[in-house]
Parts: sequence; structure tokens; C-alpha cells
Amino acid sequence: MTRDIAAIVLFAAGVLGLTAVADSGVVLTFVMMALYATLMAQAWNMLGGYGGQFSFGHALFFGTGAYMQAIAQLNLGLNAWVALALAVVAAAGVGLFVGALTFRYGLKGSYFALVTLAFAEVFRILAVSVGFTGGGVGLMLPLQESFANLQFSSRKGYIVLVLGFVVAALLVTAWLRHSRFGAQLQAVRDNEDAARAIGVDPFRVKLGAITLSGGFMGAAGAFYVQVFQYIDPSIGFGPHTSVEALVAAIVGGMGTLWGPVLGALVLHLLADFTRNLFGQLPGLNLVIYGSVLVVIVMFLPRGLSGVGRSVRDAWRARK
Amino acid sequence: MLEFGILFPSVLNGLTTGAVYALIALGLTLIYGVLHIINFAHGASLMVALYAVYGLKQHLGIDPYLALPIVVPGMFVLGYGLQRLIINRASHGRDENILLVTLGISIVLENLALMFFKSDTRSIETPYTLTTVAIGPAMIALPKLVAFAGALVTSSLLLWLVTRTDLGRAIRAVAKEKHGAKLMGIDVDHVYAMCFGIGLACLGAAACFLLPAYYVNPQVGGGFVLVAFTIVVLGGMGSFAGALMGGLLIGVVESVGGLFLGESLGQIGIFVIFIAVLLFRPQGLFGAKA
Repeated sequence: MTRDIAAIVLFAAGVLGLTAVADSGVVLTFVMMALYATLMAQAWNMLGGYGGQFSFGHALFFGTGAYMQAIAQLNLGLNAWVALALAVVAAAGVGLFVGALTFRYGLKGSYFALVTLAFAEVFRILAVSVGFTGGGVGLMLPLQESFANLQFSSRKGYIVLVLGFVVAALLVTAWLRHSRFGAQLQAVRDNEDAARAIGVDPFRVKLGAITLSGGFMGAAGAFYVQVFQYIDPSIGFGPHTSVEALVAAIVGGMGTLWGPVLGALVLHLLADFTRNLFGQLPGLNLVIYGSVLVVIVMFLPRGLSGVGRSVRDAWRARK
Repeated sequence: MLEFGILFPSVLNGLTTGAVYALIALGLTLIYGVLHIINFAHGASLMVALYAVYGLKQHLGIDPYLALPIVVPGMFVLGYGLQRLIINRASHGRDENILLVTLGISIVLENLALMFFKSDTRSIETPYTLTTVAIGPAMIALPKLVAFAGALVTSSLLLWLVTRTDLGRAIRAVAKEKHGAKLMGIDVDHVYAMCFGIGLACLGAAACFLLPAYYVNPQVGGGFVLVAFTIVVLGGMGSFAGALMGGLLIGVVESVGGLFLGESLGQIGIFVIFIAVLLFRPQGLFGAKA
């Protein structure tokens, strides 16, 4: 645990150091977006990596957080910080609700994946259909620049904000690695029946994981709204966000502390690189992105953070 | 309550749409039932088939129905190749890898389409596009009737293939007990690839029946894939009869639901059914095994 915390502190100090020296907008935007992607990947990892529950609808929590952040400020006139707290609580609450429903009935594997996908889709259609979400047009937040509004003059302010969430997510993940609760969660992931036999309550443990995961994903949604001052149903609840979260976590290496960080960073570099190189031709950048994804899975089956282990195993097998 | 004169055409329309849904779901359920993977590239594959039908019509003047013997084998080869050369190799026997690979393939296919065809929505003109047939008080578009009949015939062929042929026996053996089948001398990788190929061939047939009354754009598959998942779950994963019944049912629910709730909220009915079935009866309405 101490080693993990030391590593997290080092990571945060490194990012802050880089942010302090950097003055190019491109670099700062990259750091901000990579941290934002890390936050989503780590949120997914808590449930998918440590709990073994593959969600295909994490956009559900993202959108809930994002809409809460927007509506609390626009319609309820609340301060951005209060809205942020509400957004996290609302997303965690939706996680608790969906978890209570699905885990109560023992949904696992592909069934769980599909039901989360369907929940996200129901929320998307609702967001299009009801009034207070602004319908298909979405919501705009014309926010003034101020600390109370969580609006900063430079990217650096946003980086500190999202870094705070990433550090919190890393600390929670480190806690999952070393705590009693985390051990129970991993036991349920590896063999639910065996876990139950030694006195673990799988329902309670999985419920805890989906609530935590939902809360952090909601924070990412709220962050999105603060940065872009806009949200609509397909950004909020569309499948794209769910995919982004799970791909980064799995490519990096799920069920590890640093895998999602690595995955988010590498995929973000890749996406940026292909966009800059082939941006004029719509589609080509994503064709390359998709191909690289397939290649990564083909040659690095345990994710990027599993490379070291794969190399070691291959070395041993040769001898 | 609505009058019979309004409800009846709506139900008939729902049945015709449902038959095509069923065809798409049959491919998905075959792949799921045997390979136990969720094929996230299913929607993108349907899109590829639709563009193939579109291209054959626009550039070579081949009627969509006459394109069947070209598109269906073409999709079969694509499916066989994808499974044998990419998915099987990349999976390393891990579910999350298969999921990522099919996801990656769908990203590649969708964006290739975007690259070559731009994001425009395209449709084709045929002499019979606007022809309608009167059934009782309902006027049904001829292409929809053909789609209905075609989907039923294709489904029956598939059922015959799986229950009556040696390949079908091998497929069922692999689905039940992969290692046992291997010991009996069945080439499991070949059977997997055949299933994937047949699953995509179903999409080829669906595309030929669909396009005369529908359209194509790079994102067109997305709408179908969730509906197809719903049908597969509703009918019981891996059950063919279930997929057929589920498809017809969902078609009617969507059509009648749209009548009562309007188009965007009408879709919610599908997902509410989906979630309810997943929660209360995950083995599906017609499925026997869990």
C-alpha cells in the first residue's frame, strides 16, 4: 500500500511539474484529455478489472454526471462545486440502482454487459424525449470565468481539477488492491461460488464496486461539461463513451493499478497522432485506430502492462 | 382504443420488419450459441452487406434480389476469413479479447465506409419500390412482403442446415462440448469459422431484402444491432426458433409502440422488454437452457 501511495504521489508530482513548465496549448490540452480518459478507464477498471463485471454502458454514469452538473447549475442555480458533488452522488446512485437490479438477479458475463448497454440506451432515449434535458438539442452552459464556477482562464486549472479526480481514483484502486473489501471483490471475480463458500457476500461486494465505479465515471461526465460547457444525449449516453472507457482499461491491462493510466495515455497518443496525420480524410484516422486496437489485442493479450510478464513467460518457455 | 383499420396495418408492417430483424438476429444467435462470443461487429457487417447491394445496383445494375447469389456467398467468405484469420488468432481464448477485436473490426469497417462513401444516406430506386399490395384493409409495400417471405425461407434453410446436415451436427456438437467434439475428429476452428461465415451470410440475405425499402449510411448497423441483441436475449441465446419468434414480436412491439408513443419513445418499449427479460428470465422466453 505504501509503495502504491508513493507511486501515486510521484505520478501526481510529475504531472504537476510538466503542467507548470509547459506553456504550449497543445501539450496542456493533451495532458488534460489524457487525464480525463484515465479517469474514465480507471472508473471502469474498478468494476470491470477488479470486480470482473464487464459493463458496456458506462456512458450511463457519465451522462448522469454530466446532465446533473449542467441541470444543477442551469435550473437549480447551484454553485459549480455543489453541482459537482451532486453529479458524483447521482451517478453513484444510478450505479447502486442498476447494480441492485442486475446483481440481485445474478446477471453475469455477457448478460450483464448487455443490460448495462440497454440501460444507457434507455437513458439516451429519455434524454431526447423529456423536457428538462433540452431534448436532442442538448444543454449549453454559458458560464463566467471564476473559481466558484469552476471556469479557468487556462487549461492548467482544469488539469489540476481532473488530476485531483485521477489521484482519488488511483487511491481507491490501490485500496481495492490491499483492503479486505478489495480482496473480497477479487475473490468474487475469480470464483463467485468459492467466495460465497468462505463467507463473502457477492451481492454486497459487487454493489459496492459498481457504486464506486459509477461515482468516478459521473465525475468524468461533470468534468466534460465544465470544460466544453455543452452536453447532448449522444455525447452523454451514446455508446462511444462506454467504449472509450473499457478499451483504455483493457488495452492497458485491467485489474492493475497502472494499466488504465497506460492504456488511456497510449490510446490518446495514437488517436491524436492519427488525427493530426490523416485528419483531412474523414474516417481514415479511426480505421488506423481500430486496426491498431486489433493488433494490440492480437500480440499483447494481457494488455500493455502485461508485456513484461508475457516477455518473461516467452523467455522461460524457450528455455 | 384504436380501430382495427389502423391497428391491423401496423401489426402487419411490424411483422414484415420483424422478419428481417429475425434474420439479423439468427446470424447473431448462431455465432453466440456456438462461439459464445458477442459479435460487436454484427451491425457493421450488415452495413457492409448493404453497401455491397447498393454498389451492385448502382454500378452494375443488378437488382437487389438477383444480387442474393453474389452477396450471400461474399458475406460468408468475409465472415469465414474474419474468424479464421483475425478473431480466432487474436482471442487467445479470452472473452474480453474477442470483444475488443470485434469492436476494433466494427470501428475499422464503419470508418472505411465513411472514407469511401462519406456520411451521406443513400437509397436505391427499383421499379417495385412504390408498389403496394392490399391485404384486407392494409396496404403493404411489395418489398416488405418479399422481405417477409425471404426472411422466413432463409430462416427455414438455416434451421434445416443446423438440424439435418453433417455440418449442422458438427456445429451442435461444438456448441455443446468443444473438447469432446475435437476428440471425435471435428475441426473446431473450421466449425467456428463456418458459423461466423453463415452468421454473416444471413446478414447478406437480410441486406438484399432490406435495401429496396430502406437506406444505407455508415452508421446504419448501430440501430439494428441493439434490436438484434434484444431479440437474441428474448428468444434465448443460441435458440433459432426463439430468434424467429422474438424478431416478429419485437417488430410488432416497435410498430404498435410507435403508433401509441411516437417514434422516439416507441423504441423505449424494446429496451424495457430487453431489460425486463434479462432480469427476470435471462434464459429467454423460448429458451430451455440457461
